Amino acid sequence: MTGSFIHPALIMVIGALLLPFIRGPLRKPYLILIPILTFGAVLSNNTLTGNFAPFQFMDWTLEFGRVDKLSSIFASIMALMALIGTLYGMHVKKSGEHVAAWFYVAGSLGTIYAGDYITVFFFWEMMAFGSVFLIWFRKGPNSLKVGYRYLIIHTIGGVVLLAGIMLRYQAVGDIEFSLLDVRNPQLYTWLIMIGFALNAAVVPLHSWLPDAYSEASFNGAVFMCAFTTKTAVYTLARSCAGMDILVLLGVIMALYGVIYAVMENDIRKLLAWSIVSQVGYMIAGIGIGTELAINGASAHAVVHILYKSLLFMGTGSVLYMTGKTKFTELGGLYKKMPLTFFFTIIGCMSISAAPFFAAYVSKGMIIGAGYETHLNWASWLLMFGATGTFMYNGLKLPYFLFFGKNNCSEETWEKAADPTWNMLSAMAIGAFLCIFVGSSPGLLYSMLPYPVHYSPFSAYHLAETLQLMGFAALAFFMFKKYLEPVDRQVLDIDWLYRKAGLFFVWIAVNPLQWFDTMWSKVYRVVGIGTLMETSKFWSWFDWNVIDGVIDGFARSVRVLGGRMRVLQTGQIQYSLYAAALFAACTMIAYALFQLA
Amino acid sequence: MTRLIDYLQANMKMLVIVCYVGLVAIATYSATVDTHHAHTWVEHNVPFFWSIFGFCAAAIIIGIASWFGKSGIRVDEDYYDSSIWLDDES
Repeated sequence: MTGSFIHPALIMVIGALLLPFIRGPLRKPYLILIPILTFGAVLSNNTLTGNFAPFQFMDWTLEFGRVDKLSSIFASIMALMALIGTLYGMHVKKSGEHVAAWFYVAGSLGTIYAGDYITVFFFWEMMAFGSVFLIWFRKGPNSLKVGYRYLIIHTIGGVVLLAGIMLRYQAVGDIEFSLLDVRNPQLYTWLIMIGFALNAAVVPLHSWLPDAYSEASFNGAVFMCAFTTKTAVYTLARSCAGMDILVLLGVIMALYGVIYAVMENDIRKLLAWSIVSQVGYMIAGIGIGTELAINGASAHAVVHILYKSLLFMGTGSVLYMTGKTKFTELGGLYKKMPLTFFFTIIGCMSISAAPFFAAYVSKGMIIGAGYETHLNWASWLLMFGATGTFMYNGLKLPYFLFFGKNNCSEETWEKAADPTWNMLSAMAIGAFLCIFVGSSPGLLYSMLPYPVHYSPFSAYHLAETLQLMGFAALAFFMFKKYLEPVDRQVLDIDWLYRKAGLFFVWIAVNPLQWFDTMWSKVYRVVGIGTLMETSKFWSWFDWNVIDGVIDGFARSVRVLGGRMRVLQTGQIQYSLYAAALFAACTMIAYALFQLA
Repeated sequence: MTRLIDYLQANMKMLVIVCYVGLVAIATYSATVDTHHAHTWVEHNVPFFWSIFGFCAAAIIIGIASWFGKSGIRVDEDYYDSSIWLDDES
């Protein structure tokens, strides 16, 4: 802490560490208190501007508290989401799940407030390691495998990011987390972008997202849908705004996610594909890079967190109550889960950008920015994707989940009911915020990084949206037999990763193993045989030559010693006599030598 | 709300007629709206442009997804645990 800056990640971390010791009636109030304190700290920080909480580490000054409008709006929505998510899962008894979620939130908030790349990297990894437990805690048959896949992919992304950071430090000599020179990208620019893009699930680095989010625990997915990708959107907005390639990648994401969501049978996987698509709009906005586009990307990130978490809460309630997530095992649930249905429909309308619902006030900013910068192709394709979004999320999801054919088994139907009060309360808050933001966006717009000169409530925008939705719905009901869910999974690009992984294993098992076996044989035959013969020679040499010399010398000394011993009588006069005789002989010899 | 849905489901014909009337109303409304906020030529000059766009986009997406789904990328749920995949692995 410095001045009045309070790092919200610190509150989350301390809160998480103390949580296992808080038991009994204090536990639930504590679970709400910590996110409230965190949200309060963020609101307090929003009144500040500048760099806070510097920390000297080796030759660098780390900045833990860079506060500006961009960091403030992202930190605000993350802290709010921590509160809603914790309320939703408040009845979960396993402390570990809350601890993991709070460390995950702390990682996100730490990244958002970081002013340098070292701090970014530290909190970036905290996010990955916190969130993986939200997958493992589901303890399903695939949770362990999916969690490891998630961790491996994010570790690879982290290594790429770190390589970019190090190369950048070598090139420019500082670690400031700021806008890169995207007009003249260097290798480090690409590496940093790719490291961030992986967390944003940019195609083709996206497969971890539907894999992991559909496998997370019912409340873990509510956290995961909000933090990883949107923190990545923040980092890209901070470092890569205006990077042209992001427009293309964003458009590809928007369309790719739509096609896969339309084909999907698992309700939470459908929402995961929807994240890929919706984050595509944000990435495209960042690529466009104008003030309107960055505002649009930021606004869309905020509303996306609201409606996507609401949708994951709705589908999470279905999972929690019935244990099922497939359309082919569900259907007709509006009768059994009316409140869940009601809140989920609000989420569906919000993501579809229906008038006066959340995305209505944000998506048009990005698309409009595309037109304004003469990237008409991008804006057309994003409109095309928006129609798809309404079709799979506004129509397919509610239709096949709450209406349509009832595929529930007797047991599933019996179990189906609205969930606990805290889950309903969290959904109610999310639903209220979706409508509030969509119908009065003034507060949201005031928090955006740049001044807003955009009004979503024009008659033309209203007519455009109503036409798109109305006639897309007509097409849906005309052709819905082609959208009937099928109980099969759809292969994605991860098929290539997995094949590549199998090829790697094959290389290890076959050619490498063969080489290793051959090498062992060669070593045994040639290496060990030669070594044995060499050893025998040196043994002989040691015994006969080295030992011979040393032993011979020792024997000579012993013989000489024996001879000398007989001359010793032990009487001093004989010794004096011998010494004097030796001295006299020496002197006479010297005198004769001089005379000669 | 549940009762309302039950009622609408029981009177599906009426619901469909209401929806068609709604679509006509939307299209009519769009023809009366000032288009100076539009960005492109087609928006200014093609009547009911977004109605046509919405219908065609939805139909194309359904068509692409349907064709793509039948192209061989839909596999069994246990595909990655199947013996074929594991044999490859070994």
